[in-house]
Amino acid sequence: MIKKTVSGVEKALEGVVDGMTFMLGGFGLCGIPENAIAQLVKMGITDITCISNNAGVDDFGLGLLLQKHQIKKMISSYVGENDEFERQMLSGELEVELTPQGTLAEKCRAAQAGFPAFYTPAGYGTEVAEGKETREFDGKMYVLEPAYKADFSFVKAWKGDEAGNLIFKGTARNFNPCMCGAAKITVAEVEELVPAGTLDPNAIHIPGIFVQRIFQGEKYEKRIEQRTVRQKG
Amino acid sequence: MLDKNGIAKRIAKEVKDGYYVNLGIGIPTLVANFVRNDISVEFQSENGVLGMGPFPFEGEEDADIINAGKQTITTLPGASFFDSATSFGMIRGQHVDLTILGAMEVADNGDIANWKIPGKMVKGMGGAMDLVASAENIIVAMMHTNKAGQSKLLKQCSLPLTGVGCVKKIVTNMAVLEVTEDGFKLLERAPGVSVEEIIQATEGKLEVSGDIPEMQV
Repeated sequence: MIKKTVSGVEKALEGVVDGMTFMLGGFGLCGIPENAIAQLVKMGITDITCISNNAGVDDFGLGLLLQKHQIKKMISSYVGENDEFERQMLSGELEVELTPQGTLAEKCRAAQAGFPAFYTPAGYGTEVAEGKETREFDGKMYVLEPAYKADFSFVKAWKGDEAGNLIFKGTARNFNPCMCGAAKITVAEVEELVPAGTLDPNAIHIPGIFVQRIFQGEKYEKRIEQRTVRQKG
Repeated sequence: MLDKNGIAKRIAKEVKDGYYVNLGIGIPTLVANFVRNDISVEFQSENGVLGMGPFPFEGEEDADIINAGKQTITTLPGASFFDSATSFGMIRGQHVDLTILGAMEVADNGDIANWKIPGKMVKGMGGAMDLVASAENIIVAMMHTNKAGQSKLLKQCSLPLTGVGCVKKIVTNMAVLEVTEDGFKLLERAPGVSVEEIIQATEGKLEVSGDIPEMQV
């Protein structure tokens, strides 16, 4: 067994410096690497490029990094729900690259799986395809999209073991598995870190080979963005 | 004239037994409330769930189980969770039978715009571009005109496009229309709405032939 555990978030983020490109898992505030984000805020790392489906809300998630002007560029598919983000984007302080959600996921997965690029129909004929190579297959038009290149992937899983194997829960899975092994170093934070041999190998979602460092997060707020309920009876 | 629930109710009739359906945010989300309960349908949410159920009871919300609108949800027996690449594999690979989404504008050649108003609103396309580029069966749910009373069914979209030539059917508060090679074809009119009113409210090319039945909702 190759051990991937590190003592905590400080060790997990060793080597992170200004100007790097990070992938961050999560959909809205669901399944985001809360501890890694808090540590990036604490370290005061700046000029960051973030590849993340969303940009958090004003006071949580990536919004915390935006507040401190630590992010130079956001690569996302949807950035509503964040006033500070909108202000920085409209004033030109923040560079924004909007990418179709499925393309964003696949650009991560392609990096993980060793594909330099792939063709997708998403965005053909729109401004997303401007300046990109297009090609026809079986009468349908596709756009060539390159894989992302990133320095660190920060992902969050439900359970993980010493070998870096990961299991996700519910829709907190989202982009996290696609980002594992898609950057030079993948840092996984988990709610529960267990000894190797504890997790059923059949149940593993992401094998440890895709993870370089794993630690148990100190705490998880797991904020709900839209609390919707129905009444009993 | 229909309200939002009326539009959703009419669209629900398009949902057939055995369909996997992706519902967009807004009116499309309401469609789930009106699907007949004697047919088998599974709702997909692109953030990674198939077999979405109703909202949870108060106190039973789980931060780890949400839909693409970031709302807390439940799952039904037979549900599954998966990652985003797999989710869009279902969409891109045309395994999802029906996509229902909202729009700001639709053109009579099937172009759709729903993600950006330059200088005013830039929230992003989310999964809409992937959905419209791949789905074989796309229904747009929207109001026939905007708040200023201008038609949203146009000769050409004025806003940045989400997809080209992809919309097949449109259900508005006034009518059900199909997109054909000759433009919009009027199929049904909403209760209390005349064909003349629909012609007035439609800027794009509109084909009206024969008697236009009133929608059954």
